Amino acid sequence: MSAPQETEGLRLTDEEKARRARRNKAIAFGVAGLCLLFYVITVFKMGPAILSRPM
Amino acid sequence: MSDLGADIRRETLISNADPMDFLSLLKPRVMSLVVFTALVGMVLAPGAIHPVIGLIAVFAIAVGAGASGALNMWYDADIDAVMGRTAKRPIPSGRVQPGEALNFGMILSVLSVMVLGLATNWVAGGLLAFTIFFYVVIYTMGLKRRTAQNIVIGGAAGALPPVVGWAAVTGGVALEPMILFSIIFLWTPPHFWALAIVRKDDYARAGVPMLPNVASDRSTRLQILLYSLLLIPFGITPFFMGFGGWLYGATALIGGLTMVWWSVGILRADGEDRLRKACWSLFGGSIIYLFAVFAALLIEWAGGLAWALLRGGLA
Repeated sequence: MSAPQETEGLRLTDEEKARRARRNKAIAFGVAGLCLLFYVITVFKMGPAILSRPM
Repeated sequence: MSDLGADIRRETLISNADPMDFLSLLKPRVMSLVVFTALVGMVLAPGAIHPVIGLIAVFAIAVGAGASGALNMWYDADIDAVMGRTAKRPIPSGRVQPGEALNFGMILSVLSVMVLGLATNWVAGGLLAFTIFFYVVIYTMGLKRRTAQNIVIGGAAGALPPVVGWAAVTGGVALEPMILFSIIFLWTPPHFWALAIVRKDDYARAGVPMLPNVASDRSTRLQILLYSLLLIPFGITPFFMGFGGWLYGATALIGGLTMVWWSVGILRADGEDRLRKACWSLFGGSIIYLFAVFAALLIEWAGGLAWALLRGGLA
């Protein structure tokens, strides 16, 4: 039986994988923060009027 | 045997950036000054803004300033690489690819303008967009490598935050924020030329025509003094216009005189060591000056607010 073939392409070192993970987390926090930001803007711009709408 | 092609491919395909590298693209120290001056512009403006919306506006202005910093680092990566002060920045050091910085800066520019426009008004949003445009296109791309007046004209970008802050509250521009604009505008040349004298060789290597590189030593020193002298009357104008009180007036006058004193120190410095020392005094001192005058306005505003609350509470 022949040895399993090397996967093609570039292999990340552990350090590169760690940095990628940190970048991914930063992007996740960024996107979540932006959602929260728009939510807060909406609430504070509309004020109490946010509750007075036809159901 | 190492495969050079694969190594190069690896360098270009795999990002080695840490989130902190992207944060340093935003020039956090410059951002702190922007946040502070924008906040002062905002609190001095007549009218009310919800504190949370105000906080978001300051945040958006800070991010917009940071975005223009990232775009500046993207465009100037070649000259940053040959200057000692900037060689360790994320792009010249290879931790962030130029394309990444460009995308990062563009996305943050759009988002910051959008958030400021939606949270406050589109005059403020438009002014922030203009500030970013002015810093990146007019200053970085247009003036920096072409004229010794680069930081004089480019200083307008750094001077706009209080105007943006004022507009965020009022939806317009008035004379008061323009006075604050003129203070930062006139403060910029002495501040940067003091640095440029010390870093003259760096700028020469990078081919950036800063004033000390293209004008005579005496002319540079005289111009530093001239702008510092101009700063005194503009600095105390808020006191005479009534939106700066006694604390502000005293701070601006003493601060302005100290700026002139430091500038005279540069003018009279003989010998390399004394000149360097005098330049660092003005460079560091000018940062303290700007913080002090804006802090005085902020303290007076906070004092006035506290007094009104106290009177309201007692009445």
